[in-house]
Parts: sequence; C-alpha cells; structure tokens
Amino acid sequence: MSFLSIDHFSDYKVHGAQRPDFSPYESNGGSIVAIAGDDFAVIAADTRLSSGYSIHSRTQTKLFQLSPLTVLGSTGCWCDTLSLTSLMRVRMQMYEHTHLRTMTTDAVAQMLSITMYNRRFFPYYVSNILAGIDKNGKGVVFSYDPIGHCENAKCRAGGTAGPLLQPVLDNQIQLKNMNLDEKDKPILTKERAVSVASDTFISAAERDIYTGDFVEIKIITKDGIESMTINLRKD
Amino acid sequence: MDLDLARDMPRAGFNFDNCKRNATLLSGGFKPPKTTKTGTTIAGIIFKDGVILGADTRATEGPIVSDKNCAKIHYLASNIYCCGAGTAADTEMTTDLISSQLELHRLNTERQVPVVCANVMLKQMLFRYQGHISAALVLGGVDKYGSHIYCIHPHGSADKLPYATMGSGSLAAMSVFERRWKPDLSEEEGKLLVRDAIAAGVFNDLGSGSNIDLCVIRKDSTEYLRNYELANKKGERQLNYDFKSGSTVVLNKTIKDLDITINIRPVPMET
Amino acid sequence: MSILAYNGGCVVAMRGKDCVAIATDHRFGIQAQTISTDFKKVFNIAPRMFLGLTGLQTDILTVRDRVMFRKNLYETRENREMAPKPFSAMLSSFLYEHRFGPYFIEPVIAGLDPKTFEPFICNMDLIGCPNVPDDFVVAGTCAEQLYGMCETLWRPNLEPDDLFEVISQSMLNAFDRDAMSGWGATVYVIEKDKITERTLKTRMD
Repeated sequence: MSFLSIDHFSDYKVHGAQRPDFSPYESNGGSIVAIAGDDFAVIAADTRLSSGYSIHSRTQTKLFQLSPLTVLGSTGCWCDTLSLTSLMRVRMQMYEHTHLRTMTTDAVAQMLSITMYNRRFFPYYVSNILAGIDKNGKGVVFSYDPIGHCENAKCRAGGTAGPLLQPVLDNQIQLKNMNLDEKDKPILTKERAVSVASDTFISAAERDIYTGDFVEIKIITKDGIESMTINLRKD
Repeated sequence: MDLDLARDMPRAGFNFDNCKRNATLLSGGFKPPKTTKTGTTIAGIIFKDGVILGADTRATEGPIVSDKNCAKIHYLASNIYCCGAGTAADTEMTTDLISSQLELHRLNTERQVPVVCANVMLKQMLFRYQGHISAALVLGGVDKYGSHIYCIHPHGSADKLPYATMGSGSLAAMSVFERRWKPDLSEEEGKLLVRDAIAAGVFNDLGSGSNIDLCVIRKDSTEYLRNYELANKKGERQLNYDFKSGSTVVLNKTIKDLDITINIRPVPMET
Repeated sequence: MSILAYNGGCVVAMRGKDCVAIATDHRFGIQAQTISTDFKKVFNIAPRMFLGLTGLQTDILTVRDRVMFRKNLYETRENREMAPKPFSAMLSSFLYEHRFGPYFIEPVIAGLDPKTFEPFICNMDLIGCPNVPDDFVVAGTCAEQLYGMCETLWRPNLEPDDLFEVISQSMLNAFDRDAMSGWGATVYVIEKDKITERTLKTRMD
C-alpha cells in the first residue's frame, strides 16, 4: 500500500510552497565560563536568549542554583535546558526526601551525567557546565557533552563563544605556555577569577553575535552564593 | 615555472579557471567556505533638501564578527552615494566598478550624472549576473531633477521610493520609517529619523551592530558622517594583561637590519 | 568540513606602536594527519611587508606566485617599491576576479609603508573583501580562538617587545585548542630599522 501524500493531489498544491523537514532542535545562543579555585568556584553566563538573527530576551539567566553549593550553567536549545533543569530539580528533591540530606556537588555531577545519557538517542541539545564546592570544601567544575560525558576541569568555557573563551582561560588561569618563575605566578584569588571571567565575556561580546547584553556572575563559597551582574554590548 | 606564470597575462573580467576544479573538490563532501556577509541594516530617506543614507558598521562571517567598523556607504559620484548589503566583496566591488564608469560617463558627457543613470547601470549589471552577485543596494542622490532613493535587489529589480531599507535589519528600520517618515522633513529631523532607524537595526538585529554611519546629500553639497554615532563601545577590562618579558620561550632569534634610506640631495650654490 | 580547513594552519597579525607583528604556525597536514611541521605560511614579499596565506596549500603556493608576479611587474613598471596598501588592493582585485571559482585561501597582510613607515595590517575573505582594522587580524582554522585571545590581550600602542609577547601568547594558546594548527610557530616583528624573527617553543601535538 502506498501512502497518499500531497504529491498525489497536484491540484491542491500551492505553487512554490515547500514543507521543510521539522527540526526538533534550535540553537538559542549564550555562553558560560566556570573557574574552580581552592575554596571557591566562579561561574558566569551572559543573559541573551536569541535564535537566528533575533533576540528573544536580554535578561534571561542561564545559571540554575541546584543547591546551596552547586550551580548549573546551561545553554544550547533553551527548551531542552528548561526540561533538563526541572527534571534535575525534581530528582534532587526526591533525593532530599529519601535520604534527608542535600546532594553533594559530586553526586549532582554524576546524576546529571546519567540523566543526560538516558536520552542517548534523542539527546538534550545543551552545553552544560556545573560548578560548586565538593565534599572536601574545594571548588570544582564539571563540563558535559550533550549525551552526558562528564569531565572534571579547573576552568571551562562553553556555549556559542566557548572556542573564543577557552584559550583565554587556559592562558590566564592555568598559565599555559607561560614561562614564569614560581614567585611571578599570579595567585588565583576570588577577585582574580571574577575579573578574568568578566573580561573574557567583554571579549566574547565583541566577536560573537549571540553573546551580549549582561553577564551574570555567581561566586560559590561554603558560606553561600554571591551574585553580580556586569553590562556588556547590547548590539 | 615562474616563466610560465609570466606568459599568462591577466585578462580583464571574471576568471572561471578554478570552477571545474572547485566543483570536483566540493563534490567530495567538503562544505564550501563562508564569505564575509554584511548582514546589515541600511536605509535611505528623502528629506526637504535632498537625501540621507544610513548604515551600521558590522561585517559577519557566520556567527562571528569579522569587521567591527566597516564602511557600507560607498561613493559613486560627488552627488550619488550607495549603501550595500549582502556579500561584502560583491557590494564593495560592484559599487567601485560603477563608480569608475560613472566618472567616465561624466567626463564624456561633461555634465553631472543623474541618479537614474547610476540606478540603470547597477541594475543592468546585477541582472546580467542573474543574482549570483549578491548585492542588495540602497542608492541615493540629488541631481537637477530632484532627490532620489532607489532600492536595488540582487537579481536586478529596482524600486523608486521616498524611504527604503535593506539587509537583515530592514524590518526593524522600516518599522521606524513607517511610523515617523513624512514628506518635507527638515535636515535635523531627517538625520534623527535615519539614526533611529539604523539604531533599531543595530540593537534588535544580531547581524547588524557597532556604529552608525550617515551620509547627507544636498543639492549642492555632500556630507559623509563616518561614525556619526559610536553606539557601542568596548567594555573596560578589569585586569592588565601585559606579559613579563620572557614569558614566551624563544628557540632562536634572528635580526635582519634594514637600511633607512636617506636622500642626500646636492643643492647648487647660488652664484 | 570546510575545504579551507583541509590542510590546517593559522596566521595572525597585530599593530603596535610604529611596528607590526605577524605570526604563523608550522603545520601542514591532510585533514587530521600531519604531513610536515616546517611549512610556514608567511612570506616576506618586500623589505617591510609580509603576506600570510592560510587555507588549501596548493592555492597558497599558486596565489603567492601569481601575486608576486603582478607585484614584480608593478615594481618594474613603476620603478618603486610597492607599499602594503596598493598591494592589498591588488590582491583584493585578484581574488575577486576569481569570484565564481575562488582560490581557497584567506590572506593576511602586515607591513610598514616604505615612505612614511605607517603600520598597516589587513585581511580578506576568500573572494577579496578587504578589512583594515587598527588592532589585529586573524585567519585560519583557529580563527575563533584567536579572536578570543586577541580581544583580551591586545591593547593600543604596544612597544615591539610587548607586541611580541602578546602575539605569541595569543597564537600559542589559540592553536593549543585546535587540532589542525600548531607544531611550532614563527613570529616576525617589523620595525622601521629591523625585522626580528623568532621561532617559538610550542607543544608538538
């Protein structure tokens, strides 16, 4: 039996009209940077939500606080981000009710990986970076690919401006390719991490059209999360 | 080898030597490379004493900005300017070519060329190439017949309009014109209107950005206001990224000295 | 994959105070396989001018030979040295001639004007749309990484030695995040009275 489609009824065809294949994914832009320090972690993301050449929102935060010590930054297909983060919230709440304690950052990292791999053949189209304080009180950063590969890193950039930002972090945070004496090496303080994060976003906003408007920075320490916002280009 | 190259003297016009080779290469599954697009907001209006053209200054290569301050208002003649959107090289080269033809035309006819002449030459050229030269133009100028704005599409069609916009930000800019344009605007009102139209494109269209250029053409004078408004400045960095000398490891270093030519000219003694 | 990324490689040029710098990597590969590590993509074409070409290697060599021929013809006819600005105009029209069958290259030009010693940098897309900024230009497979590095590190009025550090660090860190470029780097700093060529120590992977 052959399926009857519009092609079999040429009289009803609209001349010149074509039905494109439906694509379930869309890129909504945005970038994330995360830096892990000795006793803190800094995570920053821009607040522009866009698709194609148009801006949907200039003030959409991409940082999701999952626990008092864990923040998830997520960009890519925005609907996938929303569905993934709400699923994470539900699962964390269930964990809390079952075990009567909040999930540690390492546990969240592992669960995020599993949650994403659950959708191996219809993945969440997102670029995730998780920052927080681990069970030993140290700052940690985890980065993910869309199907749940998890990697622990010292500093990480993701999203549309990821390729622009990552080498800057390698150079300024990890001091790659720098031949410095031990005494000349800058110490990674909270202030320095915040400054580098905001400076990289200033650079990214210059060259990446999907990054701009504002950058939201969250500084995670064992005492809580501090939040700040810095202006970027609006064009 | 070099002698062979010397024999093949460059001929005028487009060269299609590589076409077949490129088609073979691309059929092997490689994607054709991206060209620089202007991805632009350009606009032009007629006001009381002439025309005003406006453009943003961003050029993009996919999602990356390749030029933050490019000039999209091109000179055609002293009384005619032209804004270009589309493939950056096409708009640049097409307007350059027509500009030189207009100058020859002016010298031949010994009078100022009318704007309609530029319009016809541009659209005939674009039609000849059947849309393969992707230049979308807003042409504006003043001649003895009055003020004119033409909107020329890449396939060679043209409209004569009192106000026109083109490029990816054309809808944003046109919404400003549709709301506020009226006949016989003063120059100050006109400049503000075009500035606002381009700004609408700069801030709401991701393909447009950076600064705003204007060009005011009156009956007897022209004013090209490059970077009329610096709408977007780069943010202030918080840290200083200077490196200590020796941060980069050098394997070897050679210095080639160059002579600075000093001309010593003997001056004959006065007798 | 784009045909421009077939052989890999990158070039970056920067403007400093009365000087310019241009840097290149050394890799020549066929897609992911490295063939040689001594292919420099920057050519000294006049006493104070360098031409960097990235893209398909066969076209790099062809374009270099063809524009050198045109440049030599100009210099013979005019009996003077070609300045960077007319050279870039010539290269631009040469590339646009091949608008419908382009050479798969992206050029970068850096130099000082032979008379005024004014710094000049310029890059183009493969069909010759010129871009003459007053900060830096990049080309090659790690262009995005280079944009990020240069935007952060570059500042106006860099002295020759500072300019060398900035351009080297920009290039090294950018190509470490790109599989198609790297394997050594050379930096040229062009000043009024001298050209300093430095070979850098880099990761070889």
